[in-house]
This record gives sequence, C-alpha cells and structure tokens, in this order.
Amino acid sequence: MDKIWLVFQREYLVRVRKKSFIVMTILGPLLMALVMIVPVGLMMMSDDTKTIQVLDESGLFADKFVSNEDFRYVPVPGPVEAAKTNYLASEDAGLLYIPQLDIDKPRGIQLFSQKSASMTVISALEKQVKQELEAIKFAKSGIDQKVLDQIKTSVDINTVNLSTEGEKSSNVGITSLAGFMGAFLIYLFIFIYGAQIMRGVIEEKTSRILEVMVSSVKPFQLMAGKIMGIAAVGLTQFLLWIVLTSAVYAGVSSAFKLDRFSEAKIGQTVQTMQTEKDAAQAQEIHEALSAVQNLNLPLLVGGFLFYFLGGYLLYGALFGAVGAAVDSETDSQQFMMPITIPLILSFIVAQTIIMKDPNGPVAFWMSMIPLTSPVVMMLRLPFGVPGWELALSMVLLMAGFVGTIWVAARIYRVGILMYGKKITYRELSKWMFYKG
Amino acid sequence: MQPILQIQGVSKRYEAHQALNQVSFEVPKGSIFGLLGPNGAGKTSLIRIITQITGPDEGRVFFEGQPLQPHHVKEIGYLPEERGLYKKMKVGEQLVYLARLRGLSKAEAVQKIKAWAQRLDLTTWLTKNVEDLSKGMQQKVQFIASVLHEPKLLILDEPFSGFDPVNANLIKDEILQLRDQGCTIIFSTHRMESVEQLCDEIVLINQSQIVLSGIVREVRARFRTQTYLVEGRGKLLITSPDFKVLQQTQQGNKFTAQVQLENNTGPNDLLRYLIERVEVHLLQETVPSIHDIFVQTVQQTSRQ
Repeated sequence: MDKIWLVFQREYLVRVRKKSFIVMTILGPLLMALVMIVPVGLMMMSDDTKTIQVLDESGLFADKFVSNEDFRYVPVPGPVEAAKTNYLASEDAGLLYIPQLDIDKPRGIQLFSQKSASMTVISALEKQVKQELEAIKFAKSGIDQKVLDQIKTSVDINTVNLSTEGEKSSNVGITSLAGFMGAFLIYLFIFIYGAQIMRGVIEEKTSRILEVMVSSVKPFQLMAGKIMGIAAVGLTQFLLWIVLTSAVYAGVSSAFKLDRFSEAKIGQTVQTMQTEKDAAQAQEIHEALSAVQNLNLPLLVGGFLFYFLGGYLLYGALFGAVGAAVDSETDSQQFMMPITIPLILSFIVAQTIIMKDPNGPVAFWMSMIPLTSPVVMMLRLPFGVPGWELALSMVLLMAGFVGTIWVAARIYRVGILMYGKKITYRELSKWMFYKG
Repeated sequence: MQPILQIQGVSKRYEAHQALNQVSFEVPKGSIFGLLGPNGAGKTSLIRIITQITGPDEGRVFFEGQPLQPHHVKEIGYLPEERGLYKKMKVGEQLVYLARLRGLSKAEAVQKIKAWAQRLDLTTWLTKNVEDLSKGMQQKVQFIASVLHEPKLLILDEPFSGFDPVNANLIKDEILQLRDQGCTIIFSTHRMESVEQLCDEIVLINQSQIVLSGIVREVRARFRTQTYLVEGRGKLLITSPDFKVLQQTQQGNKFTAQVQLENNTGPNDLLRYLIERVEVHLLQETVPSIHDIFVQTVQQTSRQ
C-alpha cells in the first residue's frame, strides 16, 4: 500500500509541477469566460448608431422614421440621382429610397449602401416600413392601433417540478444545461486524463524504466498509483477551476449587479424598470438564476464526483492497458478505437435522444451500461432519476471498473515487459490467462 | 556456509516456448556468479523469476534458505539489460524515489545518494534533469539506483553494454569492491572476457537448460585437452606417434607449436623428446578460455 502511495506521489507531483498544468489551470476558466464574453462583446461593439439617409417620394413616411439607439434617420431631398451623389460623398451607412407606393403592393423600395448592408440593418428597416404600412392599412380599415395592442398577447409557460417535498419551479433550459455541463466535463476529463495515463505508460516503456520499477513494485501497484495520481491531478485542476470560476463569477455578478435579480429584491427591481420590456427581461433573469439555485446541487456535485471517478477509473484502466500493449503512441490507434467509441457515442446520443427524453428507454439502458453511464447518467441527473435506477447504475459502474481493472492489470503485467512486438487482439486475450 | 540463493527445478513456459526447463543451481554467498548463455537461452526469464517480476511454473527459489517472498525485494538489487530512467525527473529525486520503493526511508536515501554521487563524480548533476545527462552519466545513475539499498544480492544483466571503457572499468572496480564488502553478485552476460576477469563460479544455460556449471578454474580444467604450447630455437620436426602437432610456425631459426599429447604421455615426456632435438624456451599448458568452452558447449548442446 505504501508503494502505491509513493507511485501516487510521484505521478501527482511530476504533473502538477509542470508548467503546462499551471498555465492550463489559470487559462482554463479565462478561456471559458472568453468563450462566453467574446460574442456578447462583439455584438456590443458593432452596436454603434448607424446613420441612414431617407428619401421619401411617397410622402407616407414623413416623421415616421424615429431615430433610436441603433439608427439615426436623416431626411434628404430628391431627386434620387442627386441624393445618390450626395450620399456617396457622405460616410453614412445607407440611403433608403422610397418611391411613390401602391399601399397594397409596395414595390421598388431600395437601400443604397457603400458596403453591403448587413442582415440586421435590412430586417430592421423592413420591419419599420412594414409597421408603418400596416398602420396606414389599419387606419384605413377603421382598426384602432390601441385595440390592436390590446389584442396582442405574450405567453410564457413556467414549468414546475411537483414532488412530495413540494413544488419547485424548474427551468428546462437551465436543467439541461447543468446536466450537459456535467456530462461534458466528465467526457472531457476522461479523454484528457485517460490519454495521459496511456502516454505515461508508453513513456515508461520507451524510456525502459519499467523493468527497474516492476522489480520493486507489483505491476498492479504501479498501475493503481499512476491512475489515482493522475485522477488527483484532474481533481486538483477541477477544484482550482471552480475556485477561479467562482471568483470570476463574483466579479461579473458585482459588475452587472446580478444581486438585483435575487428573490428578495426582484419585485423592487422590476418596478424600477422603465419599460415593460426591461421588466420582462429582469423577470427572466430572475427565473434563470432561481432555477440554478433550485437545482439539487449536493446531488449533482456528488453524482458528478462519483461518475467522474468511476468513469475515469474504468476508462483509465483500459487506457493504461492500451499503453502497456503498444510500443508507441502511433501504434495505439487500433486499440483506442473500441475504447473511445462508447464514450463518443454516449456523448452524441446525449445531445439528441437523451436531451429530448431524459427518462426514455435509450436513456435508461445507456445509464446502466458502465461504459456509457458516466456521461449519460450525469445528463439525466438534473431531471430527477428514481433512486433505484441511480443505485443500480452506481453498483454496475463499480462492478464495471473492478472488472476492467482486473482485465487491464493482466494485460498491463504482460505488456510492459514486451518490447518491439506488434500485438494483436488474439495475443491480448491470451495474456489474460498467463499465470503469475 | 548457506548459499544465498538456491534454485530448485525451476521451469517456465510461454505458450509454445519453453523458457526454462528444470533449472537447478546454488549461488554461494560473497561470490561473483556468472549466468551465461547465448541470446534467448532463458537468462532473463530466470532473472525475472529471482526478482519476482514473474513466478515459476514449477520449482522453487530460496533466498538465504527461505522461500522467496515479496519482502526479499529489499535485499535484491537489479540492473536490467533494458534499463532507463524517467527523463523529466531530477536525478536526485529519481534516486530517492527508486530507493524508497526498495524500502529505504527518505533520510537514509538522501544520505546514501550523496555518498554515491561523490564516489562516482555526480554531485553537481543531482539537481539536473535526467535528459540533460550524457549516456554514460545516466548509466552511472542506473548503477547507483541498483545498489543504493545495499542489497545482499545484486543482479547485473549485461552491465557493461553501452559503457565506454573508462566507465566500464569504474563499474568493474565498484563491483569488486561490493563483493569484498560481502555482497553477492549475479552477473549475466554473453561477453566472456569479463567473465574470466570477474567470476568465481558460472552456470551456462543453453536452450532453457543448464549445460555447464562450476567454479571457473575447475571448469577450465575440465576442458583440458592435453595441449601444450612450445617455443624454442632450432628446426622442430616431430615424428613420434605420442605427440600430435596441431599447429606449427617457423620463423628463421625460431619455432612455435601447439602439441597435443597422446598415448598417456605426460608433459615431461614431451620435454625429454624436445630437449634432444631443439633448444626449448617455453613449455606451457594451453587451457581453453571460457569463451572457447562457451562456444564449444553451446554448439554441442544445440546440435543434440
């Protein structure tokens, strides 16, 4: 046991002290934050006010174009040829030309621009023109705009989870996202750290240190120490990410005053909103935030840790066995395939079938099979899984990793002392029955 | 005195290949013991059984009279033929790690590493990464790793392969010194010059079986062929049926010849015969070298 501990320490310390580990630990959350912030930032950056010149020959739109945050409208005099020449001399975003119009069949409206106009600009202008024409038509048909506004209805269905413990407002979007995040992290970590185990074993093989090692420690101890050491590296990185991300979140939340949307203050906040639209948005943010708070976090975090460790041990042992069976990473492909397929499959299926029907038969079976359960069960967990299913899945996963570790240890034991030999599946299966 | 290692009827099979077949021998304490054999004879299989990397299918191994146990790892040092180090680790840390796996405490390990590094001129390199070391230096580090825990039994598998002559001599001296301190050394090789210089006893394994064993001097004596080297002045012409000339060279008035005695004659008979005819400067028995014995025995047993 103390030897496993020594191996564990070496594997852990060597990796944690690497520069790449430190860099990734710091950059990880920043990169994730960037992925979220950059698109928003870009959208905001392109948000400066565009000036649109308007030449209205129909006379229908006089004073109807009201400048706002996005567009500033400037009426220009005709005729159209002169307006075009003037426009070319200006730096404005576009020239909107509205000829004499037949209200029923409005044709011939043109937007001249020096660069190709973006979709958002065109649709905004189309919407504006359409609204004005509709308003004119309503007026002609004797329908009052106020009546129309009253008829317009906005519907928003709130989902509520009903259980014996009481009601909890749930948010399918947030629930799916939480499950998806957990599943994705497990998937990612198994791949990254599973591959590290394999690479570690191959490195020991190519540097010819293994025979020295196995004359002092049992191959199983070496494998166990390595797998656990690398798991600890993964968990360390994960914990550091959580700490850093919470720090970033705290920063973001104070910068954007997310506090305003908490249960206690939401009523007050909604009242301070100037427009109805802003109030609705505030309500939405409040619901999303409270859905996050309503997730069963202890269950999710506990489930995550269990399925992360279980899945990692199961796959880690297999990756270790592959590393032992081959001489270099390039040879590992043929043995990697059958291992990675269930993992990739579970992740692909996760996004389609299981997200749509988290309690269906596909989801059920895939969350029972140990090779797929870490990802799939993690995805189902936020939607609520019956206790017996969870227990069965966990027992099966434990049985699964004990089984794979047994198989892997046998392949490992023989493989690490084989040099320069191309191994086939048939040979691998024979290795399992070699005596000590 | 009780032998440090007893191998009794050990056999090992790998699928279709018989690696060891009923191998038995004893290694006396405090000796340098040569484990010889051509490539693929089963030397490494046997060593892996002694170091408990694998177990025998049949037979038993005793260490100081006790059946071999996992805790004996502490008493055994091993320098395998396929050897290496963790490249990205500091030399000192690596040695501490390997020593602790062999049961040393951290403090003991550090203290012994310092002493060995000084002895082999490595002190300034302890804080460097292994990959920064030359190959010769790495081999020194590997050697230190195998002896740090002061094993009672040290197994060296082709220890000189890849060493330059200077380092080979250095290691040879260390091996002799360890022997003088009471360490028993099993020395596996197919390079025979070093065997004659170092080994007290040998076993020769060919095709998974022991084909020859004993004290080096006695083994060589066993292979005596009653052949003598003679040198002298004059023209040598042997006509007696008692003496068979195997080889003869004449340079001016000087001759050299290999003469084999037959019909139960002794060296004195040869000398008497020669003195009457030529001036004898040298008469010396030609004892076959371990190399000759090795080649001869391996060829014979392989033919059978």
